[in-house]
Amino acid sequence: MSALASAAPARASHDARDFALAGVLMIAAIVAAPFFVYPFFVMQMLCVALFACAFNLLIGYVGLLSFGHAMFFGMASYVSAHAAKEWGLDPEFAILCGVGVAAAMGLVSGALAIRSKGIYFAMITVALSQMVYFFCVQAPFTHGEDGIQSVPQGRVFGLVSLADSATLYVFVALVFLIGFFVVYRTINSPFGEILKAIRENEPRATSLGYRVMRYKLMAFVLSAALAGLAGATKALVVQNASLSDVGFQMSGEVVLMTLLGGMGTLYGPVVGAVVVVAMQNYLAQYGQWVTVMQGAVFVACVLLFRRGIVGEIAKWARLAL
Amino acid sequence: MLLTLSITPMQLYGQLLIGLINGSFYALLSMGLAVIFGMLNVVNFAHGAFYMVGAFVAYFLLQYGGMNYWAALVLSPLIVGLLGALVERTIIRRLAGLDHLYGLLLTFGLALVIEGLFQNEFGSSGKPYPTPPALSGAYNLGFMFLPKYRAWVIVCSFVACMATWFAIERTRLGAYLRAATENPSLVRAFGVNVPLMITATYGFGVALAAFAGVLAAPIYQVRPGMGADIIAVVFAVVVIGGMGSILGSILTGFTLGVIEGLTKVFYPEISNTVVFVIMAIVLIIRPSGLFGRAI
Repeated sequence: MSALASAAPARASHDARDFALAGVLMIAAIVAAPFFVYPFFVMQMLCVALFACAFNLLIGYVGLLSFGHAMFFGMASYVSAHAAKEWGLDPEFAILCGVGVAAAMGLVSGALAIRSKGIYFAMITVALSQMVYFFCVQAPFTHGEDGIQSVPQGRVFGLVSLADSATLYVFVALVFLIGFFVVYRTINSPFGEILKAIRENEPRATSLGYRVMRYKLMAFVLSAALAGLAGATKALVVQNASLSDVGFQMSGEVVLMTLLGGMGTLYGPVVGAVVVVAMQNYLAQYGQWVTVMQGAVFVACVLLFRRGIVGEIAKWARLAL
Repeated sequence: MLLTLSITPMQLYGQLLIGLINGSFYALLSMGLAVIFGMLNVVNFAHGAFYMVGAFVAYFLLQYGGMNYWAALVLSPLIVGLLGALVERTIIRRLAGLDHLYGLLLTFGLALVIEGLFQNEFGSSGKPYPTPPALSGAYNLGFMFLPKYRAWVIVCSFVACMATWFAIERTRLGAYLRAATENPSLVRAFGVNVPLMITATYGFGVALAAFAGVLAAPIYQVRPGMGADIIAVVFAVVVIGGMGSILGSILTGFTLGVIEGLTKVFYPEISNTVVFVIMAIVLIIRPSGLFGRAI
């Protein structure tokens, strides 16, 4: 009994140390990156990485595979672009609008989808996101094929202009770290433990008296909101919002990033996002070979290393990442 | 409702017909998905890709083999079915015993590879495929003209669906299949070659998709993206119908096609989304689908 009690905190502190160490590495990488890589590129990567972390919260810790997460990312990006451009809101409020809309969408679509499990859940999210996509094609405020262009970056709190690329970089890095920290805190909280319990054995969690549906819905809304945060921020970075962010391809890409990096690992989605975005960037000139490559990586991940890059490293080095 | 008054019967029947045509494809594809899922527990995300490949094989047969539509209607499902069987044997088989989600991820990856390859080769524009001469022209029904080819598609799809239903629900082979779905190891103990049956089922399912692809070729253009466009709707159809019953997926497919067609007449703005809206409503009322068993 006492041995168990003493082992648990020791293990927990071990895990916390590993997390912290990797966190320091990641922050160092974020600080150093703009000196080596085109900052604009890194900022896009950070947005997409946050999107992948949000997605991972569902698949990795609740076991729900959403194949339509681009609906939150893309819609939030439209909303924040619209709020910044048409309503002239400051960036922080524009992003907040995007996050709010994404969370509301998460509430509605989550309530519909979480009643089903596994593949049904996946198919339902595909269908719902397709619906959102068609809405975006037709709704006037998205400007259809053109998208919302030349979105002003504005001033944070009316003071700090984001038009300066260094300031923008700091802003985006902060948004990413806040989002990442929210994910970290969530999965290492009692709430997160219950989510993991639901993932492992749902009937058991129910029998212990937890309202499983509520927990799933809360996780879904949180994931949607964080995906929205990523999308809304991306709209300000690239200064436009377009159909490609809300389309099915984006939903597939975020699945790929998380699978490649490692589902259910904290840092996996970030690594996966970096690899996938870099791959897209360097293969962009070869047309549709990007799609072929992505498909091949999917197949390879599923067949050869289901733990993903970070998952395999963590297992090999016996680290908790 | 001034809106309804401005609609001519011609328009109504025309859209109804288009709805039935779309429904034919939904029915064929969702039935194939249901058959595969029943046996393999894999949601075949590559179904749309195989549908597209079916149409392209018909195009190749005509272009390079000089073989006409009728030959393609038989050969293309055969070729794609064999290809599917090969994919099952070499790749999908390895997932046995893993979470069902991996099957979805794997077939999604396959779909990306297949569609990417075709897009590289043919771009995103379509290739025209001629309507077979025997089926060109139209019947005059008095109140509307019914193009012969469209009537053929509807009949063909209906017959194929019914034949599949009969084969699975009413024949000895179908009984083995259903038994193997329920309890594969027990059926294996009786000396039935279950792994072969699984391979054949997957091959048959994607052959159905290819068959739909050949049927679609003269109506729509043969495009690399044609499968990706239809797969989300087919998923919605499967969710609405539930995976439990073959007859259910046939009925749902045709009905939703017609509803979609009617929406184009009465409220065109939501014709793209109506299937998904219906899905949401069905999910609220019956989470396991109209014909599905509780999951």
